[in-house]
Amino acid sequence: MSLIRLQNITRSYEMGAETVHALCGVTLDIQRGEYVALMGPSGSGKSTMMNLLGCLDTPSSGTFELNGSLVSKMDDNQLAEIRNREIGFVFQSFHLLPRSTALHNVELPLVYAGIPTEERRELAKASLRHVGLGDRMLHKPNELSGGQRQRVAIARALVNNPAIMLADEPTGNLDSRTGEEIMLLFDELHRKGNTIIVVTHEEDIARHARRIIRLRDGLVAADEKNVRSMPRAMAVS
Amino acid sequence: MRFLDELREGLVIAWAAIRANKLRAGLTILGVVIGIVTVTLMGSAIQGIGTSFQRAVGQMGADVLYIVKFPPFEPQEWWKVRNRRDITLNYARAMERQATQIQMVVPETFTESSVKRNNRSASGVRIVGTTESNFLIRNFSTSKGRFFSSSEVDGGRPVCVLGADIADKFFKYEAPLGQKIWVAGIGYEVVGVMAASDKFLGMGSDNHVFIPITQFTARFVNQPDVTILVKVRDLEKIEDASEEVRGIMRKLRGLAPGKPDDFGIIHQDVFLKFFSRVGGSLAMAALFITGLSLFVGGIGIMNIMFVSVAERTREIGIRKAIGAKRRTILLQFLIEAAAICLIGGLIGLAIASSITLLMPKSLEARLSPGIVAIALGVSILTGVVSGFLPAWRAARMNPVDALRSE
Ligand SMILES: Nc1ncnc2c1ncn2[C@@H]1O[C@H](COP(=O)(O)OP(=O)(O)O)[C@@H](O)[C@H]1O
Ligand SMILES: [Mg+2]
Repeated sequence: MSLIRLQNITRSYEMGAETVHALCGVTLDIQRGEYVALMGPSGSGKSTMMNLLGCLDTPSSGTFELNGSLVSKMDDNQLAEIRNREIGFVFQSFHLLPRSTALHNVELPLVYAGIPTEERRELAKASLRHVGLGDRMLHKPNELSGGQRQRVAIARALVNNPAIMLADEPTGNLDSRTGEEIMLLFDELHRKGNTIIVVTHEEDIARHARRIIRLRDGLVAADEKNVRSMPRAMAVS
Repeated sequence: MRFLDELREGLVIAWAAIRANKLRAGLTILGVVIGIVTVTLMGSAIQGIGTSFQRAVGQMGADVLYIVKFPPFEPQEWWKVRNRRDITLNYARAMERQATQIQMVVPETFTESSVKRNNRSASGVRIVGTTESNFLIRNFSTSKGRFFSSSEVDGGRPVCVLGADIADKFFKYEAPLGQKIWVAGIGYEVVGVMAASDKFLGMGSDNHVFIPITQFTARFVNQPDVTILVKVRDLEKIEDASEEVRGIMRKLRGLAPGKPDDFGIIHQDVFLKFFSRVGGSLAMAALFITGLSLFVGGIGIMNIMFVSVAERTREIGIRKAIGAKRRTILLQFLIEAAAICLIGGLIGLAIASSITLLMPKSLEARLSPGIVAIALGVSILTGVVSGFLPAWRAARMNPVDALRSE
């Protein structure tokens, strides 16, 4: 069974009198453990796709199955639960709560999952150590560098062990060296078995993925294995 | 468990949000503070007036009937009653002889006069002429000495008992017992001082001088209009006793059957009923004023919460993206509104309690636990009600749009 199964997904936006078709019938499967880059020029539907995959939004038509459940028919509360359990988001602009410490930011998904205080504190600490921030737990976002903030976001995304980690231009706000470090962290997470989907328009970033899906005008224009990534990943490990 | 966690999380967020916008929160809190101060002060004042009144009225004695020329609270045209004959001392004697259901009859009358001693003087002091039983009937007690005796009344002795304030005024540095004080030029020996009474609407006896009624008729008014106090034998049968007293009075007055009474028999219930009527309308007025000020405070809360929700759209988006449900977001903002109001409520209570401490003791205005509970309950309710619309708007936000907002 595929982890993600999209069939004939469309998504259109009503803009006054006219309708914008952001996705015009996308069909694809993603398996557990894959590392996928979603590429395409601006306006091709990447963000729309990302919102659907992240269960932040529902399609206008078509079916979306995630881990065996039919997401396309879910209501608001069910979607919130799915997001909490199955999805870990990493955003371009980090989207951390500015007034909360790194630790509390990472704990938050567990609060909403109803995990008891002690347990969730331990899980959050472990997750922060995992991304190399064991010594920054009580810092607020504005006391951290961009790369560190993105690591907090990654720790938050992974803390409740989601089925997918979804990253939207995760290096877009970082300098190239820090961006590269974050991508190496992604590689490592992938090796440990996490399913990762990265939305990007940079070939350098997409290079890390094992599969590249290219969108154009709301349709899948290409979907291929990324042979180039293999030797590099080998070299790192 | 999950609910408690969300509640705690909500409280933490609310506290952080309030601290992040101290001035704005402060101004909003001020509105609630005013509302709560009004609630508590009104509540305590009404409650205080109620207890003092009941205590003062209670001094009349539950088992005592008062026979008077003009009963209070009876709307009658003045010209119809002004020619009424006085209630005389003879009636008291006749009542004592004839009535079977009563155990004590005490006449009481008064005049105003000046009182002097050495170089001190007081004018307009109420001089009360009565008999020894007055103290029994009304449960008066003395702080020094004793009340005058039946032989002093029968013999018309020039003795007196002073009200607490009068005694304080004339005998600051010396013992009053055995001393003389001069009322309208006549010397009276002080035999006792009354214990301080409840001062409420001038109903207390602290500024009175009690003298034997025989002295009163001999020196002040020969044929006074008196009030006759009648203590009934059996409180259960007070209605019967009242009817008997009424019958005797009609006979003494020589009223033909069918003619209305030209006197009144009153009982403390008359006062209590009157007060509950007045108290009711007072409470309604207070409720209205309070409601109005809380409404204004509530509008302030609603406004600040709308701003708070708009400012934190992105935060709401983030929370939703990582799994917060509508209910969670709703709860979060309701808690924030309630917390602001609760802070206002606590400050309001603190202010109100210091004001009540400054109010005169006689008003008995104290913050009762009931009023504190009501004030806190009302402030939380104000927060929840006025925070609901903004919180609902936040809860229904679309996460995609919310995340995109700057
Ligand atoms: N909320 C929206 N309302 C209206 N049109 C939208 C909205 N979001 C995206 N679109 C339109 O849908 C198309 C795809 O947008 P998007 O998914 O953001 O593409 P990308 O992320 O690849 O740049 C664009 O034409 C965009 O203008
Ligand atoms: Mg985009």
